[in-house]
Amino acid sequence: MGSLSTLEKLGILADAAKYDASCASSGTAKKNSLGGKGIGSTEGMGICHAYAPDGRCISLLKILLTNHCIFDCHYCINRKSSNVRRARFTPQEVADLTISFYRRNYIEGLFLSSGIIRSSNFTMEQMVECARILREDMDFRGYIHLKTIPEADPELVHQAGLLADRVSINVELPTDSGLTRLAPDKDARQIEGAMGNVKSDIVEMKDAKKRFKHAPRFAPAGQSTQMIVGADSASDADIVGKASRLYDGFKLRRVYYSAFSPIPDASAVLPLKRPPLIREHRLYQSDWLMRFYGYQAREVMQATDQDGNLPLDIDPKLAWALKFRDQFPLDVNRAPREMLLRVPGLGVTAVKRILAARRHKKLRLEDVGRVTVSISKVRPFIVAADWRPTHLTDRADLRSLLAPKQEQLELFAS
Amino acid sequence: MNAVRREYEAIKASDAYYTVSMLEPDDFAFWRGKARQLVQCGIPPDKVSWTEPGSSGDLFAGAGTQLPVPPAEAAPIRGSKRFLALARNAVLHSDPQRFALLYALLWRLQSNPRIMEDKTDPQVRQAEELDKNVRRDSHKMHAFVRFRRVERDDGSEHYVAWFEPDHHIVRANAGFFKRRFANMQWSILTPKGCIHWDGKTMRESPPAERGDAPGSDPVEALWRKYYASIFNPARLKVGAMMSEMPKKYWKNMPEAELIPDLIAGAQARESRMVDAGALDFGNRPDTLAGVNAAIQQCRQCPIGCNATQAVMGEGEASSCHDVTAKLMIIGEQPGDQEDVAGRPFVGPAGQVLDKYLAQAGIDRTRVYCTNAVKHFKFRPRGKQRIHQTPTAKEIDTCRWWLESERAIVKPRVILALGASAARGVLGKTVSVSQVRGQSMPLDDGSELWVTVHPSYLLRLEGGVKSEQERLFAADLTEVKRRLDALVRNG
Repeated sequence: MGSLSTLEKLGILADAAKYDASCASSGTAKKNSLGGKGIGSTEGMGICHAYAPDGRCISLLKILLTNHCIFDCHYCINRKSSNVRRARFTPQEVADLTISFYRRNYIEGLFLSSGIIRSSNFTMEQMVECARILREDMDFRGYIHLKTIPEADPELVHQAGLLADRVSINVELPTDSGLTRLAPDKDARQIEGAMGNVKSDIVEMKDAKKRFKHAPRFAPAGQSTQMIVGADSASDADIVGKASRLYDGFKLRRVYYSAFSPIPDASAVLPLKRPPLIREHRLYQSDWLMRFYGYQAREVMQATDQDGNLPLDIDPKLAWALKFRDQFPLDVNRAPREMLLRVPGLGVTAVKRILAARRHKKLRLEDVGRVTVSISKVRPFIVAADWRPTHLTDRADLRSLLAPKQEQLELFAS
Repeated sequence: MNAVRREYEAIKASDAYYTVSMLEPDDFAFWRGKARQLVQCGIPPDKVSWTEPGSSGDLFAGAGTQLPVPPAEAAPIRGSKRFLALARNAVLHSDPQRFALLYALLWRLQSNPRIMEDKTDPQVRQAEELDKNVRRDSHKMHAFVRFRRVERDDGSEHYVAWFEPDHHIVRANAGFFKRRFANMQWSILTPKGCIHWDGKTMRESPPAERGDAPGSDPVEALWRKYYASIFNPARLKVGAMMSEMPKKYWKNMPEAELIPDLIAGAQARESRMVDAGALDFGNRPDTLAGVNAAIQQCRQCPIGCNATQAVMGEGEASSCHDVTAKLMIIGEQPGDQEDVAGRPFVGPAGQVLDKYLAQAGIDRTRVYCTNAVKHFKFRPRGKQRIHQTPTAKEIDTCRWWLESERAIVKPRVILALGASAARGVLGKTVSVSQVRGQSMPLDDGSELWVTVHPSYLLRLEGGVKSEQERLFAADLTEVKRRLDALVRNG
């Protein structure tokens, strides 16, 4: 393997990393390189430096240190029994690559993950070393996200948090039984134990930072995790429930959902289908409802169909509103913020604008139209100064009136 | 005091018209100074025009009119915090009307200090739109500037980028790049002016051209490799990419040249991966009854579970024995009535077909009739079920069953009604108007004829209808002639 060029290794190790959904570079502490020796800055807002034709943002250099792995997880392209080409970077090589990309303004920083070589501790040490070279030897002040290994020594995970902006540990599958079946070397309790350790480190260090100005920062952009959707039989209700427990229990910044995509040389126990992208999208929407719209997990679950899955043809907010029509219509001139947020078609920004504008005048339907994207979606659920939906809210075929046309979903079907 | 007031009443009433010439297109402080002076003198927005450097100026402006000096005791000017933050950014927009719009808002702010809160006000919305566009342009500059490394004669390295912003944002964003690349020597060249940082001081220079920036950087090969490798071909979403990274930016991004090939290759790569675990239909049934049993269970595409039942083809003696018909007629999919009856071509379109078959001298009872897609695809509207055209993917999935029928019935001639039916036979989409009236040889020795679907005739009116009816009849007559010739030649 020593004969591979940097270009070849980069190709193999980036290809191996593309199944990780996260590429976020936002929400970390502000820093810049003024007065330092190196380069880099983070100013709160994440920056997407490019978009791939899969519609995903490229913000970080997202690679594996190595794709050799002693584990045999069925859904993973890098599992022991897979026939993919293998490669390995040294920590110094990854650091050099990060800096030369950063200098040209290609990236916000590094997202480093790795297959397990020799042992979990050995692998974790190598990843921490890479972050150390960047931060200490090169005075790099950009963004670093380290995927930590739950089986590694907690002390190593702690060091990772001191160097990185964000740490993450993947729960991989929404149910414990799925994990046992598809990732036989992993243990759900160990994963959650490691997430618990990271959480208490974050809380402790944040507390210390309040009292001592020079207390070190610990993962200022928090921790996140990822679940694979569609590789096992878990329903959307299971997934939403799991996500909500993770948010509450471990104070996660984000839960990422990754539609299981067909991988080359796949294990025989997996569905080789087009990835369930719309399902993934609906899960992200339900995640937004819980994080920004004040929905409880059980309320999102109320929007699911009998089989426990969210409808694919309409978004979960509309599904909820159609099920609970007695809550509507709402008067845009009187309803409180938390109720306006439940109106399908009104986003957080639109609600903010309505609240500000209604202090000045009685809002008419056209005023609402000016602050939102599509008034036709909103109309059946609101009352305005000159508008009352009368029968519209009660119509039995309201769903088909509001559902997007089928063609849109099947844009790439042929 | 009265004299002063009279003087300003006179200004308001007069036809005096004032022109303010901006010295720089992005100089907020200058605009603020002039705007303050104008408001204090009570000059309403419709009496002022604002010109940018390089513009030909306002045709109706009284050139050279001196701005009046505001009275010493003039009231201070009110500008809410929100307005100032917005104006500071909106001034950078390339819209020549921006100065006037912001002045109009400042004017109205004096009598209604909370006007910025009224997000339904057209002028407020317009100003917010300018602000939003400028913020987006700045954000895209932070994202899409691409530096190329140049080695100087003294051995030091210099990073140079060429960028084309929509608005006058270069100077305003110098600080971002300074904080990020504090210890690097860099230049950003643009058609709206350039900025240079040498590690200690920021310098500006006049607009540059693309040729002034270096043409390549060896690290771009690595970056392109990364871009191509991190992309997941199974998740192609071109629209999402285009909305965040519009094409206008592509020419200055080294990775963008890969995009067309990545998209073209993606569909092929994905179908290879899916083919590896291709749809599993099991063994081909060798009787029509076997096909019928299997299609009732088929759930290989989303419309499988849709309708009442799958509708099997039928023909001579199909009730018990398997048939060999000389002619197979293929429609698109069962309609509302076919779905209920469980038989093909019994609805309105079927009646039209029967009429023309009889005219052409073709005995329907000796023809095998079937559909390219076995299930009725529809959208409910009230009590009605509205027909929906099957997607190419659904037709292709259902080809398995059509091929099974063809293998059993072994027709000499196949007549496909409409483009969906033709796709069911050929596996690719053809234009009916281009291929109608001619025979196309098929791999199994039979031949394909294509014409329109009879339901198409039902939708037409007037002269077009009679013309298409004539063509349809002619197509059927041609098929009949061909069948007779085949019979004669054994």
